[in-house]
Amino acid sequence: MRARIDIIPTIEDARALVKKKQFSALDISGRVESVFVYDSYVIDGRFSKAELVRIARALTNPLIEEAYINTTVQGPRFSYAIEIGFLPGVTDNVATTVQGTIEDTLKKKFSAKDAVYTSRVYLISGKVSPSDVKVIADSLYNALIERAHIKTYKAYIQEGGMGKESAEVRLPKKKAVTAIDLAVSDSALVELGSKGIRDSDGTFRGPLSLDLLSLQAIRKYFTDIGRKPNDIELETIAQTWSEHCKHTIFASEIDEVKDGIYKTYIRAATERIRKEKGKNDFCVSVFTDNAGAIAFDENYLVTHKVETHNSPSALDPYGGAITGIVGVNRDAMGFGLGAKPVANVYGFCVGNPTDTRPLFRDSKMTQKMILPKRILEGVVAGVNSGGNCSGIPTVQGFVNFDDSYRGKPLVFAGTIGLIPRKIRGKLSHEKSARPGDYIVMVGNRVGQDGIHGATFSSATLDTHSPATAVQIGDPITQKKMSDAIIKEARGRGLYTSITDDGAGGLSSSVAEMARESGGCRVNIDTVPLKYPNLEAWKIWISESQERMTLAVPKAKWKEFFALMKSRDVEATVIGEFTSSGRCVVTEGGKNIMDISLDFLHGGFPKRKLVTEESPKIFSEPIRAKRNLSKDVETMLARPNIASFKFISEQYDHEVQMGSVLKPLQGRGKVNADVGVFRPVLDSNKGVLATSALTPRYSLVDTYAMIAASIDTAIRQAVAAGADPDAIAILDNFCWCDSNNPIRLAELKHAGEACYDIAVAYGTPFISGKDSMFNDFKGYDEKGNAIAISVLPTVLVSAISVLPDATKAVSLDLKFAGDLVYMLGETNDELGGSEYFSMLARNAKHGGLGGKKEIVGNAVPKVDTEKNKKLYRALHSAIKGGLVATSMSVGKGGLAVTLAKMAIAGGLGADISLKSDLTADAVLFSESQGRIVVAVDPKKRALFEKKMKGTVFQLIGNVTKGANLNMKINGKSVAKISIVQAEKAYASPFKNY
Amino acid sequence: MKKKTIPRVIVLSGYGLNCEEETKFAFELAGAKADIVHLNDLIAKPKMLARYQIMAVPGGFSYGDDTGSGKAFANKMKNHLSKELAAFVARDTLVIGICNGFQILTNAGLLPGALVYNKQARYIDRFVDLKVEKGGANLPAGKAGSPWLVGIKNLSLPIAHGEGKFYADAKTLAALKKGSLIPFVYTRGEMCEYQHMDANPNGALGNIAGVLGGEGRILGMMPHPERAVFFHHLPNFPYLKEKYLRAGKTVPKYGPGLQIFKNAVQYFSR
Repeated sequence: MRARIDIIPTIEDARALVKKKQFSALDISGRVESVFVYDSYVIDGRFSKAELVRIARALTNPLIEEAYINTTVQGPRFSYAIEIGFLPGVTDNVATTVQGTIEDTLKKKFSAKDAVYTSRVYLISGKVSPSDVKVIADSLYNALIERAHIKTYKAYIQEGGMGKESAEVRLPKKKAVTAIDLAVSDSALVELGSKGIRDSDGTFRGPLSLDLLSLQAIRKYFTDIGRKPNDIELETIAQTWSEHCKHTIFASEIDEVKDGIYKTYIRAATERIRKEKGKNDFCVSVFTDNAGAIAFDENYLVTHKVETHNSPSALDPYGGAITGIVGVNRDAMGFGLGAKPVANVYGFCVGNPTDTRPLFRDSKMTQKMILPKRILEGVVAGVNSGGNCSGIPTVQGFVNFDDSYRGKPLVFAGTIGLIPRKIRGKLSHEKSARPGDYIVMVGNRVGQDGIHGATFSSATLDTHSPATAVQIGDPITQKKMSDAIIKEARGRGLYTSITDDGAGGLSSSVAEMARESGGCRVNIDTVPLKYPNLEAWKIWISESQERMTLAVPKAKWKEFFALMKSRDVEATVIGEFTSSGRCVVTEGGKNIMDISLDFLHGGFPKRKLVTEESPKIFSEPIRAKRNLSKDVETMLARPNIASFKFISEQYDHEVQMGSVLKPLQGRGKVNADVGVFRPVLDSNKGVLATSALTPRYSLVDTYAMIAASIDTAIRQAVAAGADPDAIAILDNFCWCDSNNPIRLAELKHAGEACYDIAVAYGTPFISGKDSMFNDFKGYDEKGNAIAISVLPTVLVSAISVLPDATKAVSLDLKFAGDLVYMLGETNDELGGSEYFSMLARNAKHGGLGGKKEIVGNAVPKVDTEKNKKLYRALHSAIKGGLVATSMSVGKGGLAVTLAKMAIAGGLGADISLKSDLTADAVLFSESQGRIVVAVDPKKRALFEKKMKGTVFQLIGNVTKGANLNMKINGKSVAKISIVQAEKAYASPFKNY
Repeated sequence: MKKKTIPRVIVLSGYGLNCEEETKFAFELAGAKADIVHLNDLIAKPKMLARYQIMAVPGGFSYGDDTGSGKAFANKMKNHLSKELAAFVARDTLVIGICNGFQILTNAGLLPGALVYNKQARYIDRFVDLKVEKGGANLPAGKAGSPWLVGIKNLSLPIAHGEGKFYADAKTLAALKKGSLIPFVYTRGEMCEYQHMDANPNGALGNIAGVLGGEGRILGMMPHPERAVFFHHLPNFPYLKEKYLRAGKTVPKYGPGLQIFKNAVQYFSR
């Protein structure tokens, strides 16, 4: 029996008003007069009429809504109705809540056949054509995960509403485990690796992303043990050896670098720094766990981890971003015995939001790529849902726009965690599953979603990219699990080890934990499923979200299970950890997987990468005779510099009550690049988080790019009050085309810079991640093949513990009369700068695939010795309370920094400086190691004494005036009205 | 001398509520003793309510706001605890619902009105200024004012919600006004001046930011008082800190939200 309940608003509905505005802004020929929105629930199950009435009552707030049960909604007369629902198998969070409400209200549980499917109906009135309606519907749904159903008013009335379509999952009878013959030609192996296992009907299951060398090693292993591998075994090895999980490129020998980039440059830098710091080493757990951890105080550790979710976000920005953020929350929960997520950070690199040129994934031009503006809106909304629903403050973030992100956006999501150093007397960052412990899966059930996520993100995005790789997060299921584990089970000592089910699903989490005990045995029949008929290999590698794997001692199982049940969290024993040295999976009592852990984790064949140098020389722009005042305004209105207040204001940054330095600062609500909060409410200590990336410099020199990114992250932290000797960093490499020796040479130089700069500053890496194939291959609007690769991009995230959070310094100018200082040295370093990008755009160069891009060549260089001295001196001044305002000079240079500080303070400034450089270099050069501060004139002598021995210049003072006036060598070069500057700064995203 | 009573607070948790720890912290900072209790534990042992003088339904995202904010959590309360809740509020107790807690209390029928989608149809986090109406201080017919708001005239607190626009039908609104049950309204005060913001952040009817029930003992409010118990919570803290220091004054430690929790404690130490 299927019922349909529609809940319609009976009062003015803001959703409908906003939708009307959005529809009207679309490219339609007609006119939308009004929009009416209602929610629908299609319910399968045996419910009496009286029960349906009770259900409807529970779903209705009579003050503002009314319910229709199996009757046509009598809304206003309209032209078209559009219903948006999910496709079968896509996570439907509202349906989960409705099911819970029905079960609780009627006091009876759903049977396996009962289900709820939700949808939303938009009734559109006005003179709109059928093609207009299609445009409107297209703006409402993503065909990869949702369905749209359009009806005219006539059809709607005749057919009695929208009907009772559901998104029931019907899978064909499941296929038995199959053995795969690897005794085939090399070309057949290559096809197997790139397209996947071929089913009996001739279709491929999706890429294994295993190369010939790997498949030969697998063939040898199975030849030696005298049998063919089963599909589940091959799929498991593919997940475990994927670039995503094994970081094969970072681990491989490259030229003369025997131990590879990660060990030689990144890990070695941290090891050396920790040794040199000696007693002052604040690192506690680095690189080995789901997150890195540093000391907070004598009682707590803070952890940090940043992930990317690029490929999924290209296909479904909302789903990609929400799973990105709730996924990285689980990295905190999976650190040690489980850290509590206390802050989120984010970063979105997307194409230019005004770029509307269509791109397609296929040559027939049927699979259209999502445009940058919609990608931006989708990822913003995804982190909104994920972060806000989870009750984790979003303390810091950034947006970055470049044409190179048109093919694949980069979506960064990070989580800072808090964990007591000791739990029940034992160090909390140490954990180990023991032989005999139950393998317990907690949280969500397993479905077909996210199959081949790990291997997919290791490959180029093209026509074969599987739609099942797309998932939607369910933050409430995760929140219930997180609270039950971290806030209750952890303190009661109910488990010995924990990790997150992320890429590779159970195949990865269980096999990883099996290394602790020495083996595992899983009964795949016991894994709870979302719907029947899933094949064993799918269950094993599915990346269905919101799951953790725990090792629970048998003696604790009863208590653990009872606790989870009382918190409405599903927990299931799916096997046992062993010491057999093997990873065994059974189905129907038979072994379907049985491979040695040594081979699974260590059998990946070593390879040697070679690089090829390819120096580049770019065009220089024409710089003469410009109106620099106008240029400052134009720069402030560039998306890479402008306000993204619309994002900061929709992310809760005050939950958990620790907010000190907020994402928007001062009277002008200027976006800060640093956030400070107190994670422990009865401690004055604070945590500072910031991040930096400078991908444009990669065009010229990836060494300089890394150097600038690390310097910027450190500089931003120091400017806001961090001790330069107490900062830890994380690296997120997002490379492209990483089989190309030229890209590998750039990668190697980036690695060298990681070592040099981190060691010079004494700033250790504590965690990192890499995503090596951010490339898109597709077709343009004329059907021509096109390839877009991201700029080699590295996000450097920094974290630091402040002894007193309230000593942090904000960026807004505060009092007229304050002295303005520029710390550090300016050089003519405009290569790869935002200013040159602006000049290039005006010159109508650049853009997609443009070879003669105007980039310039003099990218900023970093002088670590000078900077370190400066940062230490400034820190001493901040500690002494001598600095009222402080901001790091970054993208856009000095003029942009001063303008932002003035906008934030609602004050003017008279600036007069001395320089041998051209005026545009003084204003817009992106030389590193520079900070602008404002100081109370009474503290001048003390401040200057602290800064003695460093390069600094008193460049003017804060005024009550309406302008930012800038003079160089006594000559006026720019006069900017703060009101105009604020307008420009707000302009690009004011309608978002 | 009067004996000082330390009231006990039950702070609910579960199903996506997420402000229980800071709400407990704020009550304890004000001198109460607070326990966080999962809704299912309360359903299992509803008699425990007898031990408490104050109930707090904290902020959060219960059930992800699915089917309408607060609705599913309120259904669960109504399905299992309606008698016990009625008995609790019939005693001389205090109840506060903050943000999602307020949404829950309206759906549960403990407070009038409804909270609907913000006018922007988007989640918003910012500070608001509140003007305490006379109902906050004085209820009619000689009754004392709402114990939650004694001595508070103006107040700046943060909001963070997607469905915070207060709505009531004409009859309900008239009753609220007549009963002086509107404790505070959004107004243009210090924070709105500071950051050039509109007074009413979400389009709430009559600028209503909260309502009272149970003769002033039940308070529902969209703004988060627990997120403004420290001075550093204020958006103009960096500016004010510098101002205090230059004037040779000590920077205050606590923020305006604390008084609400202190008032609750005070009510039981009369």
